[in-house]
Amino acid sequence: MLNQEIKDILIYSQKHDWVLEPDAKRLLRLAGIKVPKFSRVTTVDDALDFAHKNNYPVVAKVVSSEVVHKSDVGGVTLGITDDGTLTETFERFSAIKGFCGMLVEESLSGFELIVGAKVDYQFGPVVLLGIGGTGVEIYRDTVLRMAPLRPEDAASMIKGLKAHQLLEGYRGAESVNVEQLIHLLITFSELVMQIELYFESIDLNPVMCTAEQCIVADARIMLRG
Amino acid sequence: MNLRPLFEPKTMAVVGVSLSNDRHPANIIYNKAHLRYPLKVFPVNPRGGSLLGERVFSDILEIPEKVDLAVIAVRADAVPDVLQECIRSRVGGATIISGGFAEVDRKDLQDRLVAVARKANFPFIGPNCLGIYVPTVVDTFFLPGERMIHPTAGNVALVSQSGGVLVDQMVKFAEQGIGLSLAVSIGNKALIREQTLLDYLVADPETNVIAFYIEGFDKNEGRNFVLAASQCPKPVIVLKAGKTDAGSRAVSSHTASLAGDHEVFSAVLAQYGVVEASNELELVSFCESLSCYQKAIRGNVGIITGSGGHGALSVDVCSDRGLSIPSLSETVQMEIKDQLSVSIQTIAALSNPIDLTGSAVDDDFVTAAREMGRLPEIDAVIVLLLPYLPGITSDLGARLSQGSRRDNKPLVAYVPHVEKYRMLIEGFELNRIPVSSSIEGAVLMVEAMRRCQPC
Repeated sequence: MLNQEIKDILIYSQKHDWVLEPDAKRLLRLAGIKVPKFSRVTTVDDALDFAHKNNYPVVAKVVSSEVVHKSDVGGVTLGITDDGTLTETFERFSAIKGFCGMLVEESLSGFELIVGAKVDYQFGPVVLLGIGGTGVEIYRDTVLRMAPLRPEDAASMIKGLKAHQLLEGYRGAESVNVEQLIHLLITFSELVMQIELYFESIDLNPVMCTAEQCIVADARIMLRG
Repeated sequence: MNLRPLFEPKTMAVVGVSLSNDRHPANIIYNKAHLRYPLKVFPVNPRGGSLLGERVFSDILEIPEKVDLAVIAVRADAVPDVLQECIRSRVGGATIISGGFAEVDRKDLQDRLVAVARKANFPFIGPNCLGIYVPTVVDTFFLPGERMIHPTAGNVALVSQSGGVLVDQMVKFAEQGIGLSLAVSIGNKALIREQTLLDYLVADPETNVIAFYIEGFDKNEGRNFVLAASQCPKPVIVLKAGKTDAGSRAVSSHTASLAGDHEVFSAVLAQYGVVEASNELELVSFCESLSCYQKAIRGNVGIITGSGGHGALSVDVCSDRGLSIPSLSETVQMEIKDQLSVSIQTIAALSNPIDLTGSAVDDDFVTAAREMGRLPEIDAVIVLLLPYLPGITSDLGARLSQGSRRDNKPLVAYVPHVEKYRMLIEGFELNRIPVSSSIEGAVLMVEAMRRCQPC
């Protein structure tokens, strides 16, 4: 059964064909997927308030229904460590087309993966796992499976990446939390089955994975036209 | 829907025979069935009369016996009426050869056929197809018998969206000695589609391997197909045409860009243990291999050859295909060495591949295959045979085959396919050991066994 709040977000977002990031994060959290602590703010004071409560460094991203690719318009600032930079960032974002707020969230680090989904014409919802970040389409190290995923599918996806050794602690590096990653993949695959009628494709990129946890740092949900 | 009348007919009507044109497709079908198959065949043409001395019925309703299979080869707009007649006459099923439906923008006419058939639970193949070929039972292909190549009866079922591809695969099956349980060209697949046939073939006792040539699935049809195939205890092989996406759509996400139609198709088939063949060589090799071995293996290969070059070439293909070639321990190598002909004991290479050299005799190959077959670290053995070597006889095929059966370890062979070596080849094939005409093909045969399981 599709959670009513998730359904509401999807229906509300249909007016701009995609789900604004703060709404996407809320949707994921409702589905049981970990997202960073975040706040959508419309004033500098609220932004500073979030940073003081949750400590620097923080990340700031523009919220605009007219900007799908935020970094292309300079709408993402990472590693903000003081009030001055945060204030200045807010002011800069305010000038971006369609500005309707700023997302401030805790700063994360870890191994960058992409977890995605699309509704395929012949097979219905499929899930993608790959080496993430901005180089996704350069590395093209990705694995696909039909949703929903069984535990063995999720495990074999990780093994199927060319770079899987990097995830599993290559040359003394810390391994990412594979159990958490499998949990994320399965939970996400169940979500995409439930929202099949609403979406076209989803990128969770990057998903930040460490030895402790896997957290979705950015999410883009494209809706059906 | 009962498909048995389509594939096991005792009586057949051919609707649309010409009284004046011997080369009309319906006449070719009628003649073949009448003269060469154990069927009672009734020609039908509204004008009645006679054809080559036999009575032509003006209507299916006139036929005095219950008809199992009607072959319909009339012009497209007459097909719905003929279908109604079939249903009224309680015919078991039909294959509609006629074209002129969805493929020429007459989906409406095709939909009428489907609606009529669904209502009566009446099975039909096509339209726009060659129909059905079951060795020694029935043949609805409108191809003159003397032009066709007929594979022997066997356990591989072929289902193809394209009639041309199907007939071509039959030529290749015959060349490679692969037996066919049945072949169906489903054309526009208006009513009976891949999954219906999959369900039928799972239960068909003559079929052990089910191979498909597919051009595309309808919305979500692929999902249902792989889910059904994953429950199927028989290996399912798919050759898919159309690997490049039609037109480049603007994509707004990395996932949409990375998960193209073909990437998804391949990944999902592998996920559910359906063996995807990426070309005809793979299709033929996979069919031949899985017709003999239906059990999945891990993929550790032992290679035996009489030529170092053949060994090296096969190792290259194995590593390309993700198969491993574990080395043999010193102890095992010594054990093998002691049993070889004295003349090759010092020159044979006994790691893996085992190169017995050009001086080896039959006994050496039999010994090496037996010893490799006993090793738990080896899942399958490839023997690369050079029949022109002086120490090798035509008996070797049968001898190796019997050994492999005894050890219960899959064996595949490479032998050049020329008439001179036929006895050697048949020594394998008649004992149900697959033989490839190329080194690459032999490796593909092992790959098929590794891939017929979920990844």
